[in-house]
Amino acid sequence: MARYIIRRLLALIPVILVLTFIVFAILSWTPGDASTIILGSEYTPELGAKIRAELGLDRPLVVQYFHYIWNLLHGDFGMSYVTRAPVFDQLSVRLANTAWIVISAMILCVSVGIPIGISSATKPNSIFSQGAMVFGLMGVSMPIFWLGLLLILLFSVKLGWLPSSGLDNGLRSLVLPAITLGFNYMANIMRTTRSSMMEAIRQDFIRTARAKGVSEHDVIYDHALGNALMPTITIIGMNVGTLLGGVVLTETVFSIPGMGRLLVEAINQRDTPCVLGTLVIMAITVAISNLIVDLIYAYIDPRIRAQYGAKARKA
Amino acid sequence: MEAQATAAARPFTTKKEFYAQFRKKSIAQELWLRFLKNKTAVIGLVIFAIIVAVAILAPWLTDYKGVVVKMNIAERLQAPGAQHWLGTDELGRDILARMIYGARVSLLIGISAILVSLVVGLVLGGTAGYYGGKIDAVIMRAMDVFLSLPDVLLALAIIAAFGNTKLNLTIAIGLSFAPKFSRVVRSAVMGVRGNEYVEAARSIGALDWRIIARHVLPNCIGPIIVQVTLYVANAILTIAALSFIGLGIQPPAPEWGNMLASGRTYMRDFPHIVMAPGLAIFFTILALNLLGDGLRDTLDPRLKH
Repeated sequence: MARYIIRRLLALIPVILVLTFIVFAILSWTPGDASTIILGSEYTPELGAKIRAELGLDRPLVVQYFHYIWNLLHGDFGMSYVTRAPVFDQLSVRLANTAWIVISAMILCVSVGIPIGISSATKPNSIFSQGAMVFGLMGVSMPIFWLGLLLILLFSVKLGWLPSSGLDNGLRSLVLPAITLGFNYMANIMRTTRSSMMEAIRQDFIRTARAKGVSEHDVIYDHALGNALMPTITIIGMNVGTLLGGVVLTETVFSIPGMGRLLVEAINQRDTPCVLGTLVIMAITVAISNLIVDLIYAYIDPRIRAQYGAKARKA
Repeated sequence: MEAQATAAARPFTTKKEFYAQFRKKSIAQELWLRFLKNKTAVIGLVIFAIIVAVAILAPWLTDYKGVVVKMNIAERLQAPGAQHWLGTDELGRDILARMIYGARVSLLIGISAILVSLVVGLVLGGTAGYYGGKIDAVIMRAMDVFLSLPDVLLALAIIAAFGNTKLNLTIAIGLSFAPKFSRVVRSAVMGVRGNEYVEAARSIGALDWRIIARHVLPNCIGPIIVQVTLYVANAILTIAALSFIGLGIQPPAPEWGNMLASGRTYMRDFPHIVMAPGLAIFFTILALNLLGDGLRDTLDPRLKH
């Protein structure tokens, strides 16, 4: 198992290399580089050339790229063109804010989506279940930036219960961003849990379990759920990327200084090191969450665990 | 069965009608009838058709230069009423008129972006799925790199470099969906390539590209159509999202996302300003999701319960 994890982490290196190179190339084609942004109206060709030399932008693209990668390998994300501060410092502050929103959104989705999915699958014709389906369909169609605005209108403006921006009020200020960010995700989890659960309940082993007198609770939560959870876990893992994309929107709606806002600001200012740093962190997060999903598979499903074991023995 | 029984009970007026009941239905007809039985899918189709019709008829429904982008400070921030059905925005422009023209932008970019990714996906996914082996490994590893980033972010990076014209937005969104499409096409092609008719075509000496284009892809069309529907929804959402954060369609041109972004500042006192564009996005996505789910049930009977 440890060998497998290491191999997967090593497979991340080419991904990061190609990704950074693409972003590097794309941003270097941009008309108007960092020097024009930094100087603004004071731009003259001489001053621009001086700034470019200072930032190393006058060197060939490939040289710049290898220089960047070399530094990255030493844990150095470079200096922001705009703030002249290390990108890493900026990232770490912003990353914390984003992590809070993402983690609370995930907790909310999983703890609400899965139970609703399960109970609506066990009684598919009840009003509750039909309602859950309608809710799920609306949930996957909802543009989250609009949902965020509606939540602000209701809970901040009208009722005055929750703050509408920033993260200064502790848990209370996390509620609306978490719901906003996780809404599509929750609906997705719910729909997937419901359909795979309905699939599982129809299987022969469920009939067997019921026939031999296992209590209904154990049939659902022990026999059926273990088999039904796999697609749900896939959805949870696959959508971490989408969730990170949603962070950009959620942070815009609630004016939260996080990674998403940083990325948009950096793109607008042509701040290549900052853009690269943000994207690298996001790519690593997505890759690691995919790895975690695969490990959870192995934990839940003995068949997959056995495969890893066989591979390890062969190697 | 039921339809036939009632038809048989009625006396036939013409010979043509009498023979019609014995004629074998074409596959398309049969699929269409199966689709019509799915009520939610039909609702989705109807809503989407209305939105498409509105988008096409926009120039006849309202005046772009005189209403949609023309400031009229005297009538700013009016609530919905007889003169302006959905009210006016912060610059006194009629929200309904802007919404109608917004549909045009969203649909045009959404659909053409997915055409871009369809072409890329068919070429890359078709090649990977048909040949398998090393070619497959190389193409799919390359796709994995792009899949390691959320699609909004990939589109963001492309737009950042090339600017946010409509064409660039289309290409950016199209390319950002292409990796997912390639995967769908690849797995569909892999399911088909082992069939006998493919082998038969190969044994009479058909060229690979001909086999792929004439025999393999037409048989993968079902899952591809379903994905196209769902991804158009995604693409429309992405345009709105990009415009909302200020990197997509720029004002004064109307787009649902940028209408929300500019209305945000005033929504505390004038909530109507963010209602209409949001609902427009919501219903478009909902319609396409209903349609996509319905098409999946129609085209893939295995999934039908």
